Amino acid sequence: MGQSMKSMQELEAIRERARKAMQVRQNQEGGPVISVAMGTCGIAKGARDVMMALVDEAAKRGLDSVVVTQSGCAGYCEHEPMIKVQLPHQDAVYYGSLDERKARDVVARHLVQGEIANDYVLQLPGGEPLA
Amino acid sequence: MSMHRSHILICSGSNCSHRQSRAVRSRLRQAITETGLEREFKVIETGCFGLCQQGPIMVIYPEGVHYCRVQADDIDEIVQTHLQKGRVVTRLLFKSGTEQSVELPKTAFYQKQKRVVLRNVGLIDPENIEESLARDGYQGLAKVLDTLSPEAVIAEVTNSGLQGRGGAGFPAGRKWEFTRKAPGDQKYVVCNADEGEPGTSKDRLILEGDPHTIIEGMAIAGYAVGATKGFIYIRGEYQLSLQRFRQAVAQAKEYGLLGQDILGSGFHFDIEVRSGAGAYVCGEETALLNSLEGKRGEPRYKPPFPANFGLWGKPTLINNVETLANIGPILIHGADWYRSIGSPECPGTKVFTLSGNIANRGLIEVPMGITLREIVEDIGGGIPNGRHFKMAQTGGTSGGCLAVQHLDLPVDIPHLAEVGSSLGSGALLVVDDSHCMVDLARVFLKFFAHESCGQCTPCREGTTLLKRLVDKIASGSGTAADIKAMRRLSTTMQMTSLCGLGQTVPTPVLTMLAYFNDEFMEHLDGGACATGVCRAAVKGVV
Repeated sequence: MGQSMKSMQELEAIRERARKAMQVRQNQEGGPVISVAMGTCGIAKGARDVMMALVDEAAKRGLDSVVVTQSGCAGYCEHEPMIKVQLPHQDAVYYGSLDERKARDVVARHLVQGEIANDYVLQLPGGEPLA
Repeated sequence: MSMHRSHILICSGSNCSHRQSRAVRSRLRQAITETGLEREFKVIETGCFGLCQQGPIMVIYPEGVHYCRVQADDIDEIVQTHLQKGRVVTRLLFKSGTEQSVELPKTAFYQKQKRVVLRNVGLIDPENIEESLARDGYQGLAKVLDTLSPEAVIAEVTNSGLQGRGGAGFPAGRKWEFTRKAPGDQKYVVCNADEGEPGTSKDRLILEGDPHTIIEGMAIAGYAVGATKGFIYIRGEYQLSLQRFRQAVAQAKEYGLLGQDILGSGFHFDIEVRSGAGAYVCGEETALLNSLEGKRGEPRYKPPFPANFGLWGKPTLINNVETLANIGPILIHGADWYRSIGSPECPGTKVFTLSGNIANRGLIEVPMGITLREIVEDIGGGIPNGRHFKMAQTGGTSGGCLAVQHLDLPVDIPHLAEVGSSLGSGALLVVDDSHCMVDLARVFLKFFAHESCGQCTPCREGTTLLKRLVDKIASGSGTAADIKAMRRLSTTMQMTSLCGLGQTVPTPVLTMLAYFNDEFMEHLDGGACATGVCRAAVKGVV
């Protein structure tokens, strides 16, 4: 918390810290967005815990520009909790049947390493991935 | 770092407090706790969003959804629909005529605005210094202490073309230079926050929404003129401004941004917060100085000017709140950047409190040189209830009253001066055609007769005499000689009053007589008031 600064460097360090804490209020159009389906079905199957795990993992990994938001039910209620990961200039990827551990894994693999976590990608009845 | 996924900003400015924003805030916090969402949502009380007409306003990030006229009863729906499920509560979105918007910044009200002074107001938590720091608070001060000499700071302010925003429009850089060059062992910086002009609340909303920008401006001014001590004189009724500013000063001291050896530069600066006690005249700078010294708030003779003989006889720089709010950005971005905003002869922006018969009442900031029509029609959303524009008074009750022929006039200091008005304190009162100018003149003059401090004869007697003359005209028993007497009295007051109060009382009177002459004439010799407002005149009662 409060500390008496004695140099420009200390001011800069506090500014950086404060900026990160306010990041969610900046206009981040075009940045990575994770939306969590938060219909009644999703909530019932633990979407809120999944969302908090995503937020926590993104914060731990210093992914300040990631926006975690909510959306409605996409109609695949049996695959809840599901999320959509939208990276800039890329096709959206849908993941289904997540839990907290898998959610953290998605952050590590998709957002940090840039690889789609294929084993969690939402599979439709025909075996096709949802795109 | 913060774990909160979402930030909910809710206005805690004074204007929204009139609309039960406090109840909304406490209900929201309660509902978030009840639903166990406190780890996910952070509630932040900000300053004014500007569109007070639509207040209390709530903004939910990261989506950036703005809800308007939120009441405590709406909270459960917002929590259940938006916070828990991510769906927008459509009925609470901004609507004005055919316009509907999820994000207020995309509405016409904001599109023509330019936010320099209000850059943080409504965006940050004014009670948390770190939110100010995140938005470049104190960066101007850091740059100045690190790289610039006092003379270079003054040169930058002079080159920016910034003119005082308190009313007189004196070039800020020159005032700073006079104070720097004045001989004296002790010098002071005083921030004039005794905003008493009826219809004006811009300084209040700046202080409530971003107090640190004023602290930074004062500290930079102190460095430039050679002062180690600053005072801010805040209007006594502004309890929230006083509370927030005191808190901000304490935080700045805690962080080492006020006090001894700021940021290791060797520069010392401290600020003391003082409260006014309700006299309009104390907004006049020398009356303010007397009041600060514990004396009766009466204006002094000038010269000597405060730059040479100010607080306790020491060289003193007095600047208005809005002037000081421009200083940080000017020092960060430079004079050329500042000159790129506004009009060439009057750079920068101007904050107005928009009030009266206009759709979007509130707090706005526009580039200098914007036309009156753009403010009234585009930002203000026009005149409601099917009425028509009649008059706009710029600069508060002591400002000029402009008519429909002035709508395309650029709003800046030189252009307003050409038509006998001023920017004054940044009030903009819009009046529709249901009002009578004679009646308005009565209201204005009643105020001045009450607020004249009585020290000098022209103002003490002049305000009362003017009021009697207008009363007589409103009653229907006025004559052409009374109009002539009003003009003569006004000219005398302009030339001989001791301070700005008496000197500017004639501004609304003379502009009304110039631009609404026919309406005054109609009332003479038993004539009727066309709007029916001056009932006594209609009935022929003396």
